[in-house]
Amino acid sequence: MLDSQDQVRFELLVLPHLDAAFNLARWLLRSRADAEDAGQEAMLRAYRFFHGFRGGDVRAWLLQIVRNTCFTWMEKNRRVKDMIEFDEELHGPSDPNPEVLAIAADSRGQLTHALESLPPRYREVIVLRDLEGCSYKDIATITSIPIGTVMSTLSRARRQLQLALRDPAREEADHEL
Amino acid sequence: MSCDRADTVLHGYFDNELDPVGATEFERHLERCSECVDALDALNSLHLSMNLAQLYEKAPAPFRKKVLASLGASRPLAIFQAGITWRWLAATAAILICVYLGAQLVSYHRAGTYQTVLAAEIIDAHLRSLQPGHLVDVVSTDQHTVKPWFNGKLDFSPPVQDFADQGFPLQGGRIDVIHGHSVAALVYGRGKHFVNVFIWPTDEKDVAPRSGSQQGYQWIEWGKAGMEFCVVSDAAPSTLEQLHNLLTGN
Repeated sequence: MLDSQDQVRFELLVLPHLDAAFNLARWLLRSRADAEDAGQEAMLRAYRFFHGFRGGDVRAWLLQIVRNTCFTWMEKNRRVKDMIEFDEELHGPSDPNPEVLAIAADSRGQLTHALESLPPRYREVIVLRDLEGCSYKDIATITSIPIGTVMSTLSRARRQLQLALRDPAREEADHEL
Repeated sequence: MSCDRADTVLHGYFDNELDPVGATEFERHLERCSECVDALDALNSLHLSMNLAQLYEKAPAPFRKKVLASLGASRPLAIFQAGITWRWLAATAAILICVYLGAQLVSYHRAGTYQTVLAAEIIDAHLRSLQPGHLVDVVSTDQHTVKPWFNGKLDFSPPVQDFADQGFPLQGGRIDVIHGHSVAALVYGRGKHFVNVFIWPTDEKDVAPRSGSQQGYQWIEWGKAGMEFCVVSDAAPSTLEQLHNLLTGN
């Protein structure tokens, strides 16, 4: 629990990064509704852990919590998905339904679709660097990737994004964690 | 024939994460490696199209409300559940409010904390401005277009000067909000970087420049002739100092 001074500090330091928290959750979970739920869970967790925060970059600290909450979330949901194999077989993952085709028509849709097709570990570095503007050091802190490999991970992630944009059909085949 | 630097150092260069020696070395490499030049172009256009597509998704208002409400609920207010009379509730509320205001007052009056909070706000404003479509409201390299644009939008008239000849071409201006007040923001270009100059009126006398860095962004803040200035960018500190000197006429 926070005393009133911590409460003020939390509101001044952490809450301004709510947009960053939501944006990361939205792209990791590929769903706004899930991002709201996981984002709220992450904010509560941050609130509970805040007395343990001893300076440093507060955005990186918060995003690390958001990121870990989202990965736990994905793991939970994967297990559920695995249990309903029938559904997946029925719908077939790469069925290009009219809705998908329609959003692919504009570039925002194309980019969204391409970015969402990347594995989460590639998606997160692109979101953190290219959307959030995090330094490599912050990315290493948030994702627990060794700092020495942030650059090469980004490089692979961006290459795959470029491929997905060039050839939307291929991206499904490249799907991996 | 594939250049392995296109998959590694190129990204560090693009992201401004190489040390000066590494960056200079890579620039020399670029002069003779067409593959890296093409890859850098491709990276630039990918970045640009991501920016133009406005992929960044801000927290929706209902979500923000829900978070604030849930944080409020987890505050240590066990006393509320104990069925205490309203008089006690009112007294407790009054004490809580005093403690809260007191803590806020203390933190605002400790110059260090104020600086940190202000710097964080300035950097947030700078980052916000880099979101697609947020950089400038008036796009012009002409100071005589930018300055009058602020008329009627602010209750003060910020000094506007173009420094294209000195390597800082004016890109335009916009209104921003710092600490709950509307401020003027001028945007200057510097190579691949943008520098935001925030200007607002102040009652304090001339304030000597103070500088700092946070999250990889540097800022210099000073007061002159009733105006407070703060320049912020991810460019090198020496670059900011140059602009500071130009703005103060040194």
